[in-house]
Amino acid sequence: MIELAGIRRAYHVGNQDVYALSDVDLTIERGDYVSIMGPSGSGKSTLLNIIGLLDRPDQGAYRLDEQDVTTLTDDQQAGVRQRTMGFVFQFFHLIPRLSAADNIALPLVLAGVPADERRTRVDAVLADMGLSDRAEHRPEELSGGQRQRVAIARAVIMRPSILLADEPTGNLDRHTGEEVVTLLEGLHASGLTLLVVTHDPALGHRAGRQLRMEDGRIISDTQSQPAP
Amino acid sequence: MKPGDSLAFAGGALSGNRLRTALILLAMAIGVASVVVLSSLGDAARRYVIGEFSALGAHLVIVLPGRSETTGANPSMFLGETSRDLTIADAMALERLPGVRRIAPINVGATPVSRKGHSRDILLLGSTPDFLGIRGFHMEKGRFLPDTSADQATAVCVIGKKVKRELFGSEPALGEWLRIADRRFRVTGILASEGTSLGQDTDELVIVPVAAAQSIFNTQSLFRILVDVRTQEQVPKVITRVEEAIRQRHQGDLDVTVMTQDAVVGAFNNILNTLTLAVTGIAGISLIVAGVLVMNVMLVAVSQRTAEIGLLKAIGATGAQILRLFLLESALLAILGAALGLAIGYAGNQAIGHWFPKLTMAAPWWSEFGAIVVAVLTGLLFGILPARKAARLDPITSLQRR
Ligand SMILES: Nc1ncnc2c1ncn2[C@@H]1O[C@H](COP(=O)(O)OP(=O)(O)O)[C@@H](O)[C@H]1O
Ligand SMILES: [Mg+2]
Repeated sequence: MIELAGIRRAYHVGNQDVYALSDVDLTIERGDYVSIMGPSGSGKSTLLNIIGLLDRPDQGAYRLDEQDVTTLTDDQQAGVRQRTMGFVFQFFHLIPRLSAADNIALPLVLAGVPADERRTRVDAVLADMGLSDRAEHRPEELSGGQRQRVAIARAVIMRPSILLADEPTGNLDRHTGEEVVTLLEGLHASGLTLLVVTHDPALGHRAGRQLRMEDGRIISDTQSQPAP
Repeated sequence: MKPGDSLAFAGGALSGNRLRTALILLAMAIGVASVVVLSSLGDAARRYVIGEFSALGAHLVIVLPGRSETTGANPSMFLGETSRDLTIADAMALERLPGVRRIAPINVGATPVSRKGHSRDILLLGSTPDFLGIRGFHMEKGRFLPDTSADQATAVCVIGKKVKRELFGSEPALGEWLRIADRRFRVTGILASEGTSLGQDTDELVIVPVAAAQSIFNTQSLFRILVDVRTQEQVPKVITRVEEAIRQRHQGDLDVTVMTQDAVVGAFNNILNTLTLAVTGIAGISLIVAGVLVMNVMLVAVSQRTAEIGLLKAIGATGAQILRLFLLESALLAILGAALGLAIGYAGNQAIGHWFPKLTMAAPWWSEFGAIVVAVLTGLLFGILPARKAARLDPITSLQRR
């Protein structure tokens, strides 16, 4: 469970303070599917980064599964990220010199998982993503949709409980984008908490809960019927 | 992260940018190779010179005009600064000292020799019959200098093979006359080839009685006197006796330097060792330069790979892990560069040894060891800054850039 209370994140630009987030209170239950929409610069990425422990708030409390995580050291936060968070980015962020399989295995490598266990887990995820025949391809040899599927595979290989996707379809055409969202929704269906930042209202409305942001604040928070 | 995986990751990053890696390896390799080659060259030169002097034999005491105050050797010894002449009479007096087996007074100088209009400059050496034995030279044909008193300027000479060839061609030379400076000398023998020794090529030498050489050079002084001592144990006593005899003959002044072959060898050993170290040190500086290059390249790598670093952090890498990965990269560069450098250095040594067979090219143990240690240390040291920069990158800003 994610609990944010009074979260503020300010940037000092020149001699001005820009509030990327101001006084955000937000509770997200385990297994929720939340979309975050809003104009560019409204603080969506900042919110996602703070939830993902990539960024620290200047003020406010963040409790993750009943634990105060704002006071953790950088290394402890890295540990929490490794175990509970999966990230999907707009620009995929695959390492160009590594094959698809090696990109997916990277979190396991960092965590010190032995090579043979890595191989079975990567093979399983590759199959789930329909990428078995692309395992040895390098990112430049893959289409945009395939790259994002490799990135999603990498995000879930550590079996996180929370999946954070920042405009995952922003770099894809409509059709491929829908495939990717379907894939993410499948992961949510299997039990992950899913947070998706998107510009596309059609995709955003598929989420069970929709947040709208403006000027660093959450201006609306609506529940809707799960998509059929 | 397992060590093998770290290695694979760092190695993969290096092979991901071949040109960059190759350039750095080359810089490192050149540094290490020059340390290996230059130290080998210095050491080979040292051993060559020592070998030359050792060929003189261990029982040898050398008397030169002029007093050197230091106990060791200094350059003036080899330049032969003179205060009072060292004469043939001095030499003859030394020959009678107990413990002395034989002596050879020596004079040397460049002089023209000619025959039937053929003329060339040679190194003229004046000495006595015992010179042949003391220097370990041999006769190819004929006889060495006649066994007369050292102060007799008999007009005979012994010539090297090249001198014989150039002046006589295929004609017989024994018993023939030739002209040295403005005097006529009869050839009594031809020296066998001994190769070059102490800078003298026996093939290009002409040897005459020392008194004859003195009158050609118009001097009363000797260049030096070689004293062959009967046994090695007697060397210190003979030195004292030689000094005493010269002091008596020179009105109480000890104005000559008496030294053993060991002292000369020791002096050269010191000089050449210092030289080797200095040259190696200069080569070592190129390793530091290579280290600076490693730093530069790694800094560029860090800024090119910010997105990668941000991603690693997002998927759970700690700052320490990233620091280690980047340090490992620079260490790998340094180690591979050092290995390549050793290979190039050995190849260089082989090549030099091939072209200059007189030099035994073998790197002294400390130079290989030192080159590798310095290479790896510079690699690590200069890798610290880029690695820390990588470890401290803010993941959000690194991920914002694509
Ligand atoms: N590194 C930064 N330095 C200064 N201002 C920043 C920085 N990152 C984000 N901001 C500002 O914070 C606000 C929110 O940014 P962001 O969360 O990226 O918005 P969104 O993802 O909704 O487009 C914007 O006004 C942006 O200019
Ligand atoms: Mg954004």
